[in-house]
Amino acid sequence: MQCFLLIACLWTGIANAQQLPERFGFGTPASAEDIAAVDIDIKPDGKALPPGSGTVSEGEALYDAKCAVCHGIGGVGSPNDRLVVHSPDEPFPDASVVNNSFSRRSIGNYWPYATTVFDYIRRSMPMNLPGSLSDNEVYALTAYLLHLNHIVPADINLDAKSLATIEMPARNKFVPDDRQKYREVH
Amino acid sequence: MTDKKELNVSRRAALVGMAGVAGTVLARTAAGQDVQVSGSSRPVAPDDPTKVLGAHWSSNLGKRSPYEELKRVPSRTLSSSETPLQDLHGTITPSDLHFERHHAGVPFIDPEKHKLVMHGMVERPMTFSVGDLKRFPAASRICFLECSGNLYHDAPEQTTAQLIAGMTSQSEWTGVMLSTLMREVGVSPESSWFLAEGADAAVLTRSIPKQFWDEAMIVYAQNGEAVRPENGYPIRLLNPGCEGNSCVKWLRRMEFSDSPFMTREETSKYTEAIRGGVARQFSLVMDARSIITYPSYPDTIEKGWIEVQGIAWSGRGKINGAEVSTDNGKTWQQAVLQEPVFSKAHARFRHLFNWDGKETVIMSRAIDETGYVQPTRAEWIAARGPGSFPYHRNPITGWRLQAGGEVIYRVEDWA
Repeated sequence: MQCFLLIACLWTGIANAQQLPERFGFGTPASAEDIAAVDIDIKPDGKALPPGSGTVSEGEALYDAKCAVCHGIGGVGSPNDRLVVHSPDEPFPDASVVNNSFSRRSIGNYWPYATTVFDYIRRSMPMNLPGSLSDNEVYALTAYLLHLNHIVPADINLDAKSLATIEMPARNKFVPDDRQKYREVH
Repeated sequence: MTDKKELNVSRRAALVGMAGVAGTVLARTAAGQDVQVSGSSRPVAPDDPTKVLGAHWSSNLGKRSPYEELKRVPSRTLSSSETPLQDLHGTITPSDLHFERHHAGVPFIDPEKHKLVMHGMVERPMTFSVGDLKRFPAASRICFLECSGNLYHDAPEQTTAQLIAGMTSQSEWTGVMLSTLMREVGVSPESSWFLAEGADAAVLTRSIPKQFWDEAMIVYAQNGEAVRPENGYPIRLLNPGCEGNSCVKWLRRMEFSDSPFMTREETSKYTEAIRGGVARQFSLVMDARSIITYPSYPDTIEKGWIEVQGIAWSGRGKINGAEVSTDNGKTWQQAVLQEPVFSKAHARFRHLFNWDGKETVIMSRAIDETGYVQPTRAEWIAARGPGSFPYHRNPITGWRLQAGGEVIYRVEDWA
């Protein structure tokens, strides 16, 4: 049996993981069109942001029609996540205070990148009709929510260029995971 | 399974029941077989099964005994459900009881149409069908999957192990190693992150750093059959030891890059505030944890010998030991681990205890191969802060054995 296996391995040229073929050749090359059809992510550099723009007032009308039912008029939350800070100086959630810190998160005090707001609305919202918004509508909703969070002025016409330059209040509040350096809870 | 939908009491049986015939009535199962059920809907088996020809012959799909009522518990929002840890005896979770957590429902996907696109910092961007993936050399691995939010924050005394920690489950996963696919597309050595994207209505995305790539798999099978829809059918990413949401389900795209993508899930969602006025990000590894599954609420026990049983697991590696205290944490004894114990997997532990019938609290703690010891809640709070919420909380949990034999959850404050 061992002899047979050895011969079989020699014959196929595959004996173990170290001798895998360079390529199996399975699958199909992905064309630029194939990739473009699904490549929808927007990184913080904003380079992948699409053409288009939207204003705060356009966003308000869209929000009231399509978002307020879950997130409350003015983004104050209920039944789903609160999106807007209680006040312009609402602090970052403090873990040393006994409180349910999840309810203390909103775009203005917790989201580190404005581009993520655009990316998330475009890919996931509204919950009952995901992916139904035009790029202009996503810009408008992003503008409205950033304005409610005291981050952009009321007269902004948000587009790729202006969105990519926004510095969020929580930008430097996140630290990488260092738990593995410790043998005890950290 | 004898849930209400399947064990419909027939009209005739109901009439008989209403006529006041005590005890048993006839009911019809979903399979169309009449069985006797008692007034409490409990099926009545023959007194001597050796004298009655078997009621069931061969069938195309097996079923649990009607006496076994195993159920997940769906959350109020129907976005998650939990494994009945207290009802299981091994380390593998039956696939239909694997916990679920999804952000926009379970998508309905035709496996013949589903595609995985791999692109970004690669030499050869490729599209793989599910059939293509199955042609590559396969690998299997037994490991746990756990939701990073797996703890009932303010559980009352009347809480089961299922609700305390039932968002961990274990399967034998089979698929292709990520490394195999990385060679196929020629991932750039400069690449250090990839984005994993799901084909659900949330189009859920997570960035996975390089340190997890060696063990990562694209899996199409769970406990020997196709992955369940709620667990990612037809394919999902598996990062052993890492929080469940990073193991992106219904995987449709992987984009290789040299920096993280900063998606909503890894910025505003699956991050946790810790002491120091900051939040921890990309905290993917699940810390060591354990829970006693017997005895637990709502068991009632008698004094005398009790075999305490439970599971222990760690995202850092293998469980080295599980310790049990039967005196409210004053002393600890080494429990017996059931072999084999796998890395990043549930291990079953057992510990014999002769209960004198007096009130006490029993609890367990996990110790993994890195020497990490599962903390008490007080130690956890001291390290992270009482307001660190709601992820990666792995404190020791206890069960109070009351003098009457009732077992309840030991409630502790977060302050």
